Amino acid sequence: MSESHSHDLPFWRKYIFSTDHKMIGLQYGLTALCFLLFGFSLMLLMRWELANPETAIPFIGKFLGESFSPMTPDAYNELGAMHGTIMVFLAIVPLVVGAFGNYVVPLQIGAPDMAFPKLNMASYWAYFVGGVVMFASFFIPDGAAKSGWTSYAPLSVLSIGQGQTFWLLGMVFLITSSLLGSINIITTIFQLRAKGLTFMRLPFFVWAQLVTNFLLLLAFPPLEAAGILQLMDRLAHTSFFMPSGLVISGQPLEGYSGGGSVLLWQHLFWFLAHPEVYVLILPAIGIIAEILANNIRKPLWGYYSMVWASIALGFLSFVVWAHHMYLTGMGTAISSFFQATTMIISIPSVIILTCLFISLWGGSIRINTPMLFALAFLPMFGIGGLTGLPLGLSSPDIHLHDTYYVIAHFHYIVAPGTIFAIFAGIYFWFPKVTGRRMNELLGHLHFWPSLFLMNCIFIPMFTQGMMGMSRRLYDGGMQYAHVQGVLNLHGMILYSAIGLAIFQLPFIINLLWSIFKGPKVTSDNPWDATTLEWSTPTPPPHGNFSHEPIVYRGPYEYSVPGASKDFVPQDQEVVK
Amino acid sequence: MDEIPYTIKAREDSGLYNAKLGIWLFLSSEVMLFGALFSTYIILRIGSVDWPLGSSILHVHLGALNTLILISSSITMIMAWVSLKQKKFDTFRLFQGATILLTLVFLGIKLSEYSAKFHHHLYPSHSTFMAIYFTLTGVHALHILGGLVVNSYNLGPGSKMWKTNPEQFTNRIEISGLYWHFVDLVWLFLFPVLYLT
Repeated sequence: MSESHSHDLPFWRKYIFSTDHKMIGLQYGLTALCFLLFGFSLMLLMRWELANPETAIPFIGKFLGESFSPMTPDAYNELGAMHGTIMVFLAIVPLVVGAFGNYVVPLQIGAPDMAFPKLNMASYWAYFVGGVVMFASFFIPDGAAKSGWTSYAPLSVLSIGQGQTFWLLGMVFLITSSLLGSINIITTIFQLRAKGLTFMRLPFFVWAQLVTNFLLLLAFPPLEAAGILQLMDRLAHTSFFMPSGLVISGQPLEGYSGGGSVLLWQHLFWFLAHPEVYVLILPAIGIIAEILANNIRKPLWGYYSMVWASIALGFLSFVVWAHHMYLTGMGTAISSFFQATTMIISIPSVIILTCLFISLWGGSIRINTPMLFALAFLPMFGIGGLTGLPLGLSSPDIHLHDTYYVIAHFHYIVAPGTIFAIFAGIYFWFPKVTGRRMNELLGHLHFWPSLFLMNCIFIPMFTQGMMGMSRRLYDGGMQYAHVQGVLNLHGMILYSAIGLAIFQLPFIINLLWSIFKGPKVTSDNPWDATTLEWSTPTPPPHGNFSHEPIVYRGPYEYSVPGASKDFVPQDQEVVK
Repeated sequence: MDEIPYTIKAREDSGLYNAKLGIWLFLSSEVMLFGALFSTYIILRIGSVDWPLGSSILHVHLGALNTLILISSSITMIMAWVSLKQKKFDTFRLFQGATILLTLVFLGIKLSEYSAKFHHHLYPSHSTFMAIYFTLTGVHALHILGGLVVNSYNLGPGSKMWKTNPEQFTNRIEISGLYWHFVDLVWLFLFPVLYLT
């Protein structure tokens, strides 16, 4: 399709059923940002309930219906299950893979589009339908799924109403979307790299996407299988996950043959959901690596080690899943195996983080909003990673399992980790996407309070967790003597969370204002970056590049001796 | 730059055109899907005290016949592709039609097996054996159905492409063939696992 064609396309072909990877990336991004905000507001309601158990929520409570004034335990469970599902499957993964992967990867490898543009459109719309099904489940009788985002059987199989069935159907759409997307991105990276762009000249972000998409490709199908099996259990009353002799409220359960395995669900679920953790973090590390390299004005330290470490992470992430299941009684031999693999997988993660830290040494660091978020990412991800080690060993896990410690641990990785990386990426690539800059003052007003409040939210949870507070209690553990001393922290967390919500306003205002009124960039390469996406016109037209790019050098040639400028773009033939 | 490269011709370093890499990636994910279902079979069977002998419940002869039919359809599928490579469009139509016919026979036999089970009140909820039998063969049958739709399209409206872009059309038959062989391969595992042991 020629460039002139793109201008002739009718509205619905250009903006709605678009096959252009950039438009699809933006569609993913906007939809997922809305879900991110929605998932966050569910959490605010839960936080109110934890800090003020069985008290009606002021002002908004009466609009939410009877089960929210005050909140019933069932309503709390619903919010909990859907907060997790929405954040992981509808917000973060679509943002880091769907939005950034789609928009940035073809540009960075010098491709005109994705390898399969129509498939790309199909994967966005499968995601959209999955999102609609999940969202709709709030409005059906008995509400949405309420068996946790992990949907452990047999609780989920027996859960009342159709919420769980909607959840499973929604998941089938989301999994299909991820699957199509991952095939597309992998094929694009293998087939459409520009001339001269060898694998070891790929920007680290592309490497991170490559590994991530292999994880999506191979880890999601078992969950699809598990989803089909649970659908069968719910709809056809099979007994895949229903053990023999199940007794519910004193009554033996009828209508099921029994003979199924409860642990089977957990194995199938975590076989996906552990690689999923790396799906959440690897592209985020990729974004951070790009921004760091650009703002330290020198090559990344240990690019090769980082690439090999991320490949190792990819392989190892398939053999650590059962460290989520130490307390299920699966046996000490299996636990020992998974403890060993879990300790091993921490090595490549540490290699990557160490490389990023060492990269800072001796750099002439530029401070701007994306760089602030990137710098904050490093220690936050560090805290999240290190606090995971006690959970990976089965004996401390006996104490910490299913407490707020776990919540704090993985939120440190995903919230001030991945979400900060997403913000960093938005601030960083915004000038390429729109041709305008975002406001730096509002950026600071967004960054500093967010960093402070994120820590105010999650540090107290470590304390609560170490005191043994369970993560599943709708009243925050009021009736347990051993957590009385840390109950008051719920108040602090609630007010920090409300503050965090308020300080996202500068970001939303900044984003909307800058799209229309931001100062225009004067060059195609406003950050003086080296990678190929900055060689395109701004914003990139249909087909991306005005001439075929040829790559002559590695991704991060900053401050090359003898060059007149402190950066040498990948497609510049001679250093001058 | 507007054209997406390597849609028809292979890229030199990978030796593949885009869709061929795509279908191999898709098949690797399918291995994981069926791998999970077969693992479920193993775990259920290990945990069971009274796992029935498949041949005592299922009709082995019908299963064996279906195995033969699917293997034959794989051969006709290859012949369809070979005919296109030899630029013999009419032979292609013959073999593609034969593949579709064999697929319909397979699905017919499968349907009669299902209805016989329902007739004897052997529903998926009857036991974990029946549950995994219906799920595995059902998911497989859905794949067969998908292949049937694609193959019929390529014989019918899709075959117009032979006139405008014969090379890409041949590639389409090749990748739908790769998918078809995979679906057959799954049956070659399903048949002994469910019917014979």
